[in-house]
Amino acid sequence: METIELKVNGRTRTVHCLPNATLVDVLRDHLHLTGTHIGCDTTQCGACTIHVDGDAVKACTVLAVRSDGAEIMTIEGLAENEASHPMQKAFNECHGLQCGFCTPGMIMSAVDLVNKGFASDPTAVREGLSGNICRCTGYQNIVAAVMQGASEMQEQSS
Amino acid sequence: MSGSLIGKSVLRKEDHRFVTGKGRYTDDVQLVGVTYATFVRSPYARADIKSFDISAALAAPGVITVLTGEDVTKDGLGGLPCGWMIHSKDGSEMRQPHHPVLAADRVNYLGEPVALVIAESQLEAKNAAEMVMVDFEPLTAVVNPATASQADTLYEAVPNNLCYEWELGDEAATDEGLANAAHVTTLQLTNNRLIPNAIEPRAALAEYNSGTDEIILHTTSQNPHLARLIMTAFVQIAPEHKLRVIAPDVGGGFGSKIFIYSEETALAWAAKKLGLTIKWTAERSESFLTDAHGRDHVSEAKLALSADGEFLALKVKTIANMGAYLSTFASAVPTYLYGTLLAGQYRTPAIYVEVDSVFTNTAPVDAYRGAGRPEATYLLERIVEKAAAEMGLDPAELRRRNFISRDQFPYQTPVALEYDTGDYEASLHKALEMADYDTFSARQTEAAARGKLRGIGLSCYIEACGLAPSQVAGALGAGVGLWESGEVRVNPTGSVTVLTGSHSHGQGHETTFAQLVADRLGLPIEDVEVVHGDTGKLDFGLGTYGSRSLAVGGSALSVAADKVVEKGRKIAAHLLRTDVDNIDFEAPVFKMIDSNESKTFQEIAFAAYVNHDYPSDELEPGLAEKAFYDPLNFTYPAGSHICEVEIDPDTGVVEIIQFVAVDDFGTIINPMIVEGQVHGGIAQGIGQAMFENVVYDDAGQQLSASYMDYTMPRADDLPNYSVHHASTTCPGNPLGMKGCGEAGAIGSPPAVINAITDAIGNNNLSMPATSCSESGRAVQASASNAN
Repeated sequence: METIELKVNGRTRTVHCLPNATLVDVLRDHLHLTGTHIGCDTTQCGACTIHVDGDAVKACTVLAVRSDGAEIMTIEGLAENEASHPMQKAFNECHGLQCGFCTPGMIMSAVDLVNKGFASDPTAVREGLSGNICRCTGYQNIVAAVMQGASEMQEQSS
Repeated sequence: MSGSLIGKSVLRKEDHRFVTGKGRYTDDVQLVGVTYATFVRSPYARADIKSFDISAALAAPGVITVLTGEDVTKDGLGGLPCGWMIHSKDGSEMRQPHHPVLAADRVNYLGEPVALVIAESQLEAKNAAEMVMVDFEPLTAVVNPATASQADTLYEAVPNNLCYEWELGDEAATDEGLANAAHVTTLQLTNNRLIPNAIEPRAALAEYNSGTDEIILHTTSQNPHLARLIMTAFVQIAPEHKLRVIAPDVGGGFGSKIFIYSEETALAWAAKKLGLTIKWTAERSESFLTDAHGRDHVSEAKLALSADGEFLALKVKTIANMGAYLSTFASAVPTYLYGTLLAGQYRTPAIYVEVDSVFTNTAPVDAYRGAGRPEATYLLERIVEKAAAEMGLDPAELRRRNFISRDQFPYQTPVALEYDTGDYEASLHKALEMADYDTFSARQTEAAARGKLRGIGLSCYIEACGLAPSQVAGALGAGVGLWESGEVRVNPTGSVTVLTGSHSHGQGHETTFAQLVADRLGLPIEDVEVVHGDTGKLDFGLGTYGSRSLAVGGSALSVAADKVVEKGRKIAAHLLRTDVDNIDFEAPVFKMIDSNESKTFQEIAFAAYVNHDYPSDELEPGLAEKAFYDPLNFTYPAGSHICEVEIDPDTGVVEIIQFVAVDDFGTIINPMIVEGQVHGGIAQGIGQAMFENVVYDDAGQQLSASYMDYTMPRADDLPNYSVHHASTTCPGNPLGMKGCGEAGAIGSPPAVINAITDAIGNNNLSMPATSCSESGRAVQASASNAN
């Protein structure tokens, strides 16, 4: 067993885990943050996307011990207080989700795209989201949601 | 209907939990004392099992026990049944090999489960699973459906590996049509094998309470009651009332979570046998190997036409791959969901179809979004397009000449169905207008100037949805009626709990069904809560598939809501001391006709539960009403899809320039949700046409069992879709609805392929038309010829 310290959604957590435990397993099984999903185990589907030290990362292929000391944000930590994050709101308003399983990863990727300035137009958003698979929506409404969320995020920050 | 909420794009009530990570899918359910299961699977497509040696696994750290196929046999568990009986043309019943929960002596497909290891942790279960020694003796696998009937016999009781040889239609009349034709177009095609690929893998969490002798199974199911029925009545793991099946949030299904599989069944059985709480969640590779696959047809067809392009006859021979066993609905897919749709939107007077369903050493094949109807549409719309090209006719014009016209309904086709309503000409007209079809040739010329090949393809589809009128379904071999249950339970404060046998795994029922009931009763939508997916809470229900939820499940709620209003009128009459005939319901108020006295819905709800002066022989307390709704006919959604592509002749890469869909779904409750369903269906159809394909090698090893090998359509692969709804009201249910869940996946593949064949001028093309497949090479070859 290894002992690591993670700052998750603003709260410092000490976790005892196996050296081969993945970050997503620690989040789901140890910290009970089940909003981060596992769709493929091979970094292909993006359902497990979270932010580690400000970067979007697929948590299914990161060893938890490698994240010792990292600052992590999951879908549960995205909204400040009770209000939805603009990207969460945009996914609802643009019908950018159906079954909801890919949604947390999709939103975390989308927020990262906006933060990095990669959500300038729908083509860029489509390229930026190509690491996240959605089987339900056909993506059109997701792209619309990300464009709307991006513009609201920019308004909030200006 | 009061009409204030119907037709409104109300934002989804369920979204909040999904966008905040508070959804609760099966693997999210965490129970104290849980143990973990890993399945030991066959590494061969076909092999005899000589022996099991579980001693090393049992001695491994954390292992609680190992159960094998031999334990399943010892416990006398039944096989997993197929629910639809098909008869061969000679009248004999289909042949159904025993489908064991865990194989004991023979495995028949790669990944078939033979044992399960239960351990304290997931890792320990996985490690120990590798220590289970199974002595397999490999046998030659039968993989290719086209030649399966001449290959080694897989099951003694199934000669020639033929499940059934089915036929529909009038062969003599069809042959006569072919003989008298001015032109006959022939086409051979395959409908490529697909994997549904819901992003949430299948999962199960089974707990057993020895105090009550009850098993609770949380699982990824589209129809929890059917799971309970099959596991108890057929497999016999427990009495039906001692198994509760809960399908919590389910992350997509597309058919694959209808079926009753080995893994979920084995977990429920093991939980009771061992007195444990056990969890299993499939890894993606397990999904690829063991989720029921879809499609997989090999067909040849002949279309007879008169000199002026009138369809005279259609003759089709199809080989359908069932895989190794008959999955839950498998037998119905290439027969009653396929052959019956071969009339399409056309007046073709004579149709004859033969379907040979064969067993192979591949994963079971069953319904995947559309289920039979995409296969029928693909065949028909490809051959119509090819006929148009051969006869030098505009493909839109050829279709128009043969459409069933709007004044011909109800229309009896030569393949069993009676279409109720439709306006195919109007849908096509609208689609052509939206796609700017008339000016296509200018765009084609402009593209040619840039060195690109441009093509346009049409597809006019019809589907039979709203599964199903029970009498019709029963006559066709269905093992159960296909009605749906619903309850409108009014709470004393006037809020409403709606219980439905339909199940939502992305379709948005919590919003749409709430809209329906809130509209009917005149309530704010926030006051209506929809409950689904739990056999412990609901009446028996049939679940969600076949675009049936609103047309059948919604109709049940409509009837139940009407009963609530009727009961409410009686209560109002009692309270207002008048006759019930003197009470009108103008949602949400019960009014006296001959005075201005009235009671609100909330007042009636409260009175229903708290009053104590009811005349007990005339009026019971309470306000909760149920309905079991059985539809009168299938519903017939139909529409026209148009795809326009541009191809780079140097690379063979196909770009979709535009995709237009005009669909007739009857009455629509929530256009936003309906459009979302269409988008998703089209994306899956484009996936089939351009990207997705299951590949087995000759030994039955699957070469496409990961997202690195099986190409899922991604955001940058797909276009925006232009979607429009035409509407003819469905007369078969009280809501006028036809269903929208599958249309996109049904209509789109032939539109895409017809566009590509139009661009390259070569009709010899198969799905998926990827740039590196055989089809891609055909694209490149034709393209360079064209240059």
